[in-house]
Amino acid sequence: MTRLDLDRAWDLHPQVSVRPEPFGALFYHFGTRRLTFLKDRRLLAVVQHLAHARTARTACLAAGVDEGELARYGRALAALADASMLVGRIT
Amino acid sequence: MTTAPTALGPTPRTPRLVDLFEHGLDAPICLTWELTYACNLACAHCLSSSGRRDPRELSTAEAKAVIDELEAMQVFYVNIGGGEPTVRPDFWELLDYATAHHVGVKFSTNGVRITPEAAGRLARNDYVDVQVSLDGATADVNDAVRGPGSYATALRALEHLASAGMRNFKISVVCTRHNIPQLDDFKALADRFGAQLRLTRLRPSGRGADVWDDLHPTASQQRELYDWLLAHGDNVLTGDSFFHLSAYGQALPGLNLCGAGRVVCLIDPVGDVYACPFAIHEEFLAGNVRETGGFAAVWRDSELFRRLRAPQHGGACASCAFYDTCKGGCMAAKFFTGLPLDGPDPECVQGYGEQRLAEGRGGRPRPSADHSRRPRPVDLVLTRREDPARPPVSDCAQDPLAGLRLT
Repeated sequence: MTRLDLDRAWDLHPQVSVRPEPFGALFYHFGTRRLTFLKDRRLLAVVQHLAHARTARTACLAAGVDEGELARYGRALAALADASMLVGRIT
Repeated sequence: MTTAPTALGPTPRTPRLVDLFEHGLDAPICLTWELTYACNLACAHCLSSSGRRDPRELSTAEAKAVIDELEAMQVFYVNIGGGEPTVRPDFWELLDYATAHHVGVKFSTNGVRITPEAAGRLARNDYVDVQVSLDGATADVNDAVRGPGSYATALRALEHLASAGMRNFKISVVCTRHNIPQLDDFKALADRFGAQLRLTRLRPSGRGADVWDDLHPTASQQRELYDWLLAHGDNVLTGDSFFHLSAYGQALPGLNLCGAGRVVCLIDPVGDVYACPFAIHEEFLAGNVRETGGFAAVWRDSELFRRLRAPQHGGACASCAFYDTCKGGCMAAKFFTGLPLDGPDPECVQGYGEQRLAEGRGGRPRPSADHSRRPRPVDLVLTRREDPARPPVSDCAQDPLAGLRLT
């Protein structure tokens, strides 16, 4: 649950709807019917960069995450992948 | 709702979600929409006092306009109920319209229209979820509250949904004094159909006000329910309705907060917007979707909702050690049992509510409207005219024989 391959491409699950909020964002998965909260706008930016980034690492960097914070953001992305909010993409 | 916060590890600056939600969101996460007050049943505890259709019900076009607004506001899904929503002739049309416009639908039904064809249609739509209401794991317990034959109707619907390949549909139970002993049986029933069990709280709303004293779980049953819910965790849904039980100690899964006017609300069949589905009373009426500005304006600007989003004070509860976990409980439950809104919940697990109820209370507010079907025709008493020999003379006595006396 705490690890996610930062060097591969990831995408939002097609059944996930994202709603930005002042405090972060709400994610709702229509398949699992689970609601998830993001309490961080930068994490939302990372997720939004995933679709056009070749790896999760480049998505993080594009969103302004610095090297020292990568592990922390990697864990947050892993939690999202665990909840099926993110899926691996074949590039 | 099932909730799972994704945080970047604990940092002192990260506020708790409960605290963020207390100030309300720009749009509800989900909302309840009672499509009609018409219902084939007449459940003793119906929170919307349903039975007869209201002639002012939103038209198909008006309902679609509401869905357009919900799509624009990015409301993830609506909980459709009633009445029995499937008796609206345009129910399936509205359901398809909502899901085609990215508004998911969960709807509650007593099962009356869930034919094999309807079940197949539902199973094919990924954006629809069904909740079949059942208030007893056996026909005797269920039918005593929901009416004769209602258990058989619900079970038939469950069979049809399971046969159609629908997965994880819900069996939705309102917990009462008579069905708390059946919690394990409900779970077994849900497992049998590949369904998920959903337990919700009995509110003294609508006709529920009349039966609450007799049906609400006893203090020891509340404890039993709390322990049972903790043991089953995320596998059993609760609609976050038992947050008052969190004052026993460990918080239950989900959002432990009254979401009324902050993250949820109710649209009733005529378009009236209330703070929550259990508070259909003019005191909690925020506006109507037919007004200029529609639903969005009501949600954002209504004076009532602004008030509900302002910081709340615990009142009599503020000094209680558990106030932070139960937040004073359910607003509707307090209101309809005649307790002050800043006082304890009538089912406060620390016993403060019971104490307040025993001390006597002011009158209990009545629901603003009653849509119950008349139990029997209006009584007429037939009598004889005082002077049968006198002809019936009235303003419209045009008959040439009026006044004729045959001797």
